[in-house]
Amino acid sequence: MFEIFGIPSQALFGQLLLGLINGSFYALLSLGLAVIFGMLNIINFTHGAQYMMGAFIAYMLLQYLGVNYWFALFIVPIVVGATGIVIERLLLKRLQGLDHLYGLILTFGLALIIEGLFRNYYGSSGQPYAVPDALQGGHNLGFMFLPNYRAWVIAFSFVVCFVTWFAIERTRLGSYLRAATENPALVRAFGINVPRMVTLTYGFGVGLAALAGVMAAPIYNVSPQMGSDLIIVVFAVVVIGGMGSIMGAILTGFALGIVEGLTKVFFPEASNTVIFAIMIVVLLVRPAGMFGRRA
Amino acid sequence: MKLAGLTLFAAVALIGTAAQAEDVAVKIGVMSDMSGLYADLGGPGSVTAAKLAVQDFNPAAHGLKVEIVSGDMQNKPDVGANLARQWFDVDHVDMIVDVPNSGVALAVNEVAREKNKVFIVSGAASSDLTGPKCSPDTIHWTYDTWMLANGTGKAMVKAGGDTWFFLTADYAFGHALERDTTAVVLANGGKVLGSVSHPLNNSDFSSFLLQAQASKAKVIGLANAGGDTINSIKQAAEFGINKGGQQLAGLLVFVSDVNALGLNIAQGLVLTETWYWDMTDANRAFTKRWQAEHAGKFPTMVQAGVYSAVTHYLKAVAALKSTDDGKVVVAKMKEMPVDDPLFGKGTIRADGRNIHPAYLFEVKKPEESKYPGDYYKLRSTIPAEEAFRPLKDGNCPLVSSN
Repeated sequence: MFEIFGIPSQALFGQLLLGLINGSFYALLSLGLAVIFGMLNIINFTHGAQYMMGAFIAYMLLQYLGVNYWFALFIVPIVVGATGIVIERLLLKRLQGLDHLYGLILTFGLALIIEGLFRNYYGSSGQPYAVPDALQGGHNLGFMFLPNYRAWVIAFSFVVCFVTWFAIERTRLGSYLRAATENPALVRAFGINVPRMVTLTYGFGVGLAALAGVMAAPIYNVSPQMGSDLIIVVFAVVVIGGMGSIMGAILTGFALGIVEGLTKVFFPEASNTVIFAIMIVVLLVRPAGMFGRRA
Repeated sequence: MKLAGLTLFAAVALIGTAAQAEDVAVKIGVMSDMSGLYADLGGPGSVTAAKLAVQDFNPAAHGLKVEIVSGDMQNKPDVGANLARQWFDVDHVDMIVDVPNSGVALAVNEVAREKNKVFIVSGAASSDLTGPKCSPDTIHWTYDTWMLANGTGKAMVKAGGDTWFFLTADYAFGHALERDTTAVVLANGGKVLGSVSHPLNNSDFSSFLLQAQASKAKVIGLANAGGDTINSIKQAAEFGINKGGQQLAGLLVFVSDVNALGLNIAQGLVLTETWYWDMTDANRAFTKRWQAEHAGKFPTMVQAGVYSAVTHYLKAVAALKSTDDGKVVVAKMKEMPVDDPLFGKGTIRADGRNIHPAYLFEVKKPEESKYPGDYYKLRSTIPAEEAFRPLKDGNCPLVSSN
């Protein structure tokens, strides 16, 4: 067995894989943010709270209605996405054309309110949510023990990311969306209902956050602050990837998961700051982000 | 995010007699984590405990007029220290209680020393508060890292867990807990194979758990708390740590953490506490009253400690009829025997350590739990004289022999 920087290669492969798994959450969340920013020009600070709502609603469905994980995977994004649509219709819509700052403050305030509500009812220490029976256990890959659930997380988020990218970059509907961002008036002139498209896009982005929340529930502690712990990192991911770039968000999400994973081996104390260090470097060298197009 | 400006007036029912003009005004500041990862083990529940203590003490009958304020230190030492200064200088707070974060508690400890005001620690764990950093204005009430190490650590080594690997929260508390547990492990013939420090409020522990797994240590010691401990234990179960023959030692696990984990995952966990809601009738009665404001939750030892601490503080103030000199009040508290319904009889040592028994618990299996909150079975009681670090070993400058 060979060693890399004094770490056995086996351990290193294990850490790379774990990094990729964490990266799937970053990718899913930053993807939603990128979609929303791309179409609405809004920096959605509520994203973390919506991710947390996803996990909590999965917990509530199981606790009060006995609805299991698999159904939750479909129901929760729709429910939380619907709340997103309400938010867009009632509030965000009114901020169209105003400075970014307004959207930022509104969504940030909403995040605090939502978190506060959940904390009020459920406390801050969290709720239990078990790994679904079908994904219990794991496999020994030789270099590490991989729980089945984590394998599922990585596979499923790959699929979701790919489908989303494909829908936006390679389909007719996606081309309408992209056209509407460039020039809403012109797209309207072709008889396409742009405001409805914007609303649905926000709902979709929020649904992605909720989906990530459901997937996180069995492995992370389902607590009101689970979103705010993660969202700052995810914002850094989006900035590094380039605001509004779909592929950038996905690739950066996975890549930074790996970087963070490696930091946890070589210099664990820095594992929650390494992403910000990278962000500073990227902003200095490429202010539009790794994959960003110049505005 | 801003300081929770929650101000509560302890309702003092003045039955029949009008308040005497000479009533001594006492202002107690409950400083806690109101919205972060430690909010359930201290937080608003500590404020409730303080209110109940004031109610039960009946200040009017003792010529006192007690007011309670509360604030959020956000787990940041600078925020805690600033709040303490503001409370002491501007708001005339006489005593600060709780502070469930060792980093913040060590900062507030210095402010209280400088201003000569009373500081009673219930939530923070670092044993340095009665060691090198001990202060004539500070009392460490409920538990500390030495006592946790001595309880859980010793029990694990004696049961055959003689090689250890630590997952340590990277701040004052985690390092103190690792240091104290290492000492216990070594003293009992065990070995420490390694440790890894993780950032506070970390969500993914799989990487650290894998390192612990690779160390082949028999025991993985969790020198962390709150959400970090919950995530560590949850993910250790996922990665089959227990099935691989390694055992987890939750060095600081609260009843609120067990509730968050669920018994399925938490079962079998060995932990040390100084108070459990279901141990005595008095504890159950307190829990019932406390639950009026926190339905469905169970008070932790930190919150019960706040009750006990406030009660004893009020007794001392009532005896002195003054709150002006913090050192005098603390000296009075050390001189008077501690006696209250929750912690029973106890004493406060010269170094500020409140001495009482500790209990080694094991988390029940799901089928053993009969009703909500029925989480622990008692494995053994550690008598008061053995539960805490001997006075001579603490290097506290207040103790004359040092």
